[in-house]
Amino acid sequence: MIEVRIHGRGGQGNVAAAYLLAGAAIGEGWHALAFPAFGAERRGAPVAAFARMDRRVFRRRDQVARPHFLIVQDVALLHVPGVLDGLRPGGGLLINAPREPDATALPERHYTVAATQLARTHLGRPVPNTALLAVFLTLTGLLPLDALRRALAGRFHGAVLEANTRLIEAAAATAPSGAWAMEKADAAGA
Amino acid sequence: MPQALEGSQAIARAVALCRPQVVAAYPITPQTHIVENIAKLVADGALECEYVSVESEHSAASVVLGAAAAGARAYTASASQGILLMGEVLYNIAGLRIPLVLTCANRALSAPLSIWNDQQDSMAVRDAGWIQLYCAGNQEAVDTTIQAFRITQETELPVMVCVDGFTLTHTLEPIELPSQEDVDRFLPPFRFARALDPAQPLSLGTLVSPDWFTEARHSQHGALLAAAANIEAADADWAALTGRAWGGLLEVDGPAAARIGILTLGSISGTLQDARAAWPDLPPVRLLRLRAFRPFPAAALRAACEGLETLVVLERALSPGGGGIVTAELCAALYGLDAAPAVRGFAVGLGGRDVPLETYRRAVAAALAPEGGEFAVLDVDLDKLPEADRYPEAGPCAAPPVDSESSR
Amino acid sequence: MCGAAGRFGVFAMNESGNGTQPGGVDLDALRRRQPRFQGLDGGHRACLGCAQALAARLVLEAAGPDVAVANATGCLEVFTTPWPESAWRVPWLHSLFENAGAVASGMETAFKAQGRAVKVLAFAGDGGTFDIGFQSLSGMIERHHDVLYVCYDNEAYMNTGVQRSSSTPHAAATTTSPAGRERLGKRHLKKDILSIVAAHHMPYAATASVAYPSDLRKKVRRAVAVEGPTFLLIHSPCPLGWGHDGAKSIEVARLAIETGLVPLIELERGELIGAMPIREARPVTDYLKAQARFRHLFVDTPQAHRELEHLQALADHNIEIYGLRGTGPDPRDTASADTVRRGGARWA
Repeated sequence: MIEVRIHGRGGQGNVAAAYLLAGAAIGEGWHALAFPAFGAERRGAPVAAFARMDRRVFRRRDQVARPHFLIVQDVALLHVPGVLDGLRPGGGLLINAPREPDATALPERHYTVAATQLARTHLGRPVPNTALLAVFLTLTGLLPLDALRRALAGRFHGAVLEANTRLIEAAAATAPSGAWAMEKADAAGA
Repeated sequence: MPQALEGSQAIARAVALCRPQVVAAYPITPQTHIVENIAKLVADGALECEYVSVESEHSAASVVLGAAAAGARAYTASASQGILLMGEVLYNIAGLRIPLVLTCANRALSAPLSIWNDQQDSMAVRDAGWIQLYCAGNQEAVDTTIQAFRITQETELPVMVCVDGFTLTHTLEPIELPSQEDVDRFLPPFRFARALDPAQPLSLGTLVSPDWFTEARHSQHGALLAAAANIEAADADWAALTGRAWGGLLEVDGPAAARIGILTLGSISGTLQDARAAWPDLPPVRLLRLRAFRPFPAAALRAACEGLETLVVLERALSPGGGGIVTAELCAALYGLDAAPAVRGFAVGLGGRDVPLETYRRAVAAALAPEGGEFAVLDVDLDKLPEADRYPEAGPCAAPPVDSESSR
Repeated sequence: MCGAAGRFGVFAMNESGNGTQPGGVDLDALRRRQPRFQGLDGGHRACLGCAQALAARLVLEAAGPDVAVANATGCLEVFTTPWPESAWRVPWLHSLFENAGAVASGMETAFKAQGRAVKVLAFAGDGGTFDIGFQSLSGMIERHHDVLYVCYDNEAYMNTGVQRSSSTPHAAATTTSPAGRERLGKRHLKKDILSIVAAHHMPYAATASVAYPSDLRKKVRRAVAVEGPTFLLIHSPCPLGWGHDGAKSIEVARLAIETGLVPLIELERGELIGAMPIREARPVTDYLKAQARFRHLFVDTPQAHRELEHLQALADHNIEIYGLRGTGPDPRDTASADTVRRGGARWA
């Protein structure tokens, strides 16, 4: 079972990112759930969402307290208490930032990508979630990039989908493929 | 191949498959996504249905009441304060024996204000005379919604399909949407024998004197009890069509040798199932899930308690100053039973508090504790409260989680 | 009731004694020949002289059999349907007190969804319309449901024993606005529900009175013909609550019109398009004296005098803003031949 927690700000497409990730997994035959850390937050407020995925069917619906991976859509959130809590030993932290943040207090496995800049370039909008997911899948190798593209095709069509496809490719190209690949046992483990 | 759907979207699609003719709703978190999705299906022409955007939940319930009375298949959805504002109409719909379906996206009641999940809202209207079905997951929510439309028209009793707010309504997961052909085969076109019709003018909702009121209530109570058979038949027929069954009135899962049982309703049951698998070295546990709370399946519960020494109840609401609602009803059902298990009742997960896997270990610990029996709030954090508000007599459960080698 | 009206002397046919008008039409014979649909049957449990029962019968006479009624809780519901009996010959549904507008909305929507041509009528009293059911009425109109909403206005909560509503006229005594040493009945004004209803871009809203049955029926027919929400406010005396003899209901109702306290008007999209004229307005005291609910005003105190002046001023104001002063003959019950047509002149 893989558990992911995504942090962002209201309006950044945080829940959408979790839904896309789980939707991509479901498209690949996984069992997956995605849900927000239910809140009444308005735009700009720190928010979180969860994705839980496994090759086998699971039934639990509790919140993700011990994620294998954290995706942080806004580097400023690294200073918000609780954002890094519960990350499993050896787990990965993916950060959206224009440049590498100060590494003190960051877990050993972390990776920074200028996702907002990439999105601006390819979509014309500062929405970092798709680029982050592309990098996440490239680093972990959990799902093929095409699964993400297919999940996006459920939401977008035409020129917007094409722009997102280009964004996925461009973002994936920036990351070392398989750098965070998990042991098979981990990925399949309950 | 299942689709990745948000719970609310899946429920909306299930409603659409049932070909409702009138949908009326007033938005309230966390029900909104359901009715937004239905409104969009209507706007896109994918669902031929009159969607009435009313000015309150009271009117939402009243519109579907009038619509069903006038012969249309009708649907509404609400939650929390909306259910309470509907309360008067809910009793009225049931007493009039009007067939319709309502989805309750379960949410806590104010005050203090909480938009998050527990089941205080549907429990608050448990005596309204509605069939109440609680869903563990979104696939069950889809299937139960379709079953509900058949049950309501067979029994002329309104059906409330309860889905945990956010935990189900806002969760994306794999969903098998049935085909329109399967739904049409399962659900006959809507027909209401007492529908308002100028050719056969009937008066519905008359004043009933003491000479008749008792008889009206008696037949309503009897109809609710008799509806148990319709609920079971709907689940069985649906299983024959799709291969998916949800336990009818009561889902029982666990070994016959178990001496400990845990009874719950709604979406935390899945978490308990996975927790049980995660701690195999704990004593065996039989998990019971009330799918139907009304009618209350007392006989099925008695049968399911066979061999249990302790039954822990985890419920998502409470009656302040009284205790557990489900716990009390369970105790009444077990009263007089030879070798009835000891019952330990707890409220848990109120106002959206997460129910982690750990809850399972605490429930098992409570079952193994030598004493107990008083209803308590399992997951209250007394350290947050001033000394004067700790009320040791109100819990929490004194027993710490049982030791176990494996950890999650 | 006919006798009361005749004694009061406004029916031409009664005065002439042979039912013949100057034009030579035998109205009695004409009426006998006209088959009238009776949607509300006799034998119900209404009080003697209940104007609401009469009004409901008149409404259904004009609306015809292809209707379905949503009835709010109130006297009308209680006295017509003591289980296992019902006085209704039309499909009829009573749900609750405050939701007639919404229940009617649902019925209308369902008939539309099924492609059935059934006109939906909502019946409610002033409590169920002005007060507790106001929100549901507003929603029904805003959503433009094809419903004729009829408010039987007897100006208090009569079903529960005469408590004040927001329709109770100023200075009227009720059990919750009693007259006493410090207070002279209700301290507040009667809510202008018609203007509020009209403010919803209302296709048609009108007032009617049981004292003018042909006018009432004509307004019902007109409303039923509109595809969309319409509203009829029917002034309906309650002998018990108003404190007059049951035989005088029509007389009292007529005085309300003739003093100008209750204007009979029609509004289309908020524009005044018709008003029942008053040739010689009678003093409001003629109306007030006939009812025990205003008895406390007829004492020789400065407060009582002030209140009477106030009520007269309210009537004068109605006459002024609705242009009720007519120059023709007194209005007769002749299918409103005398109703003034103004073709949408702005009112007030």
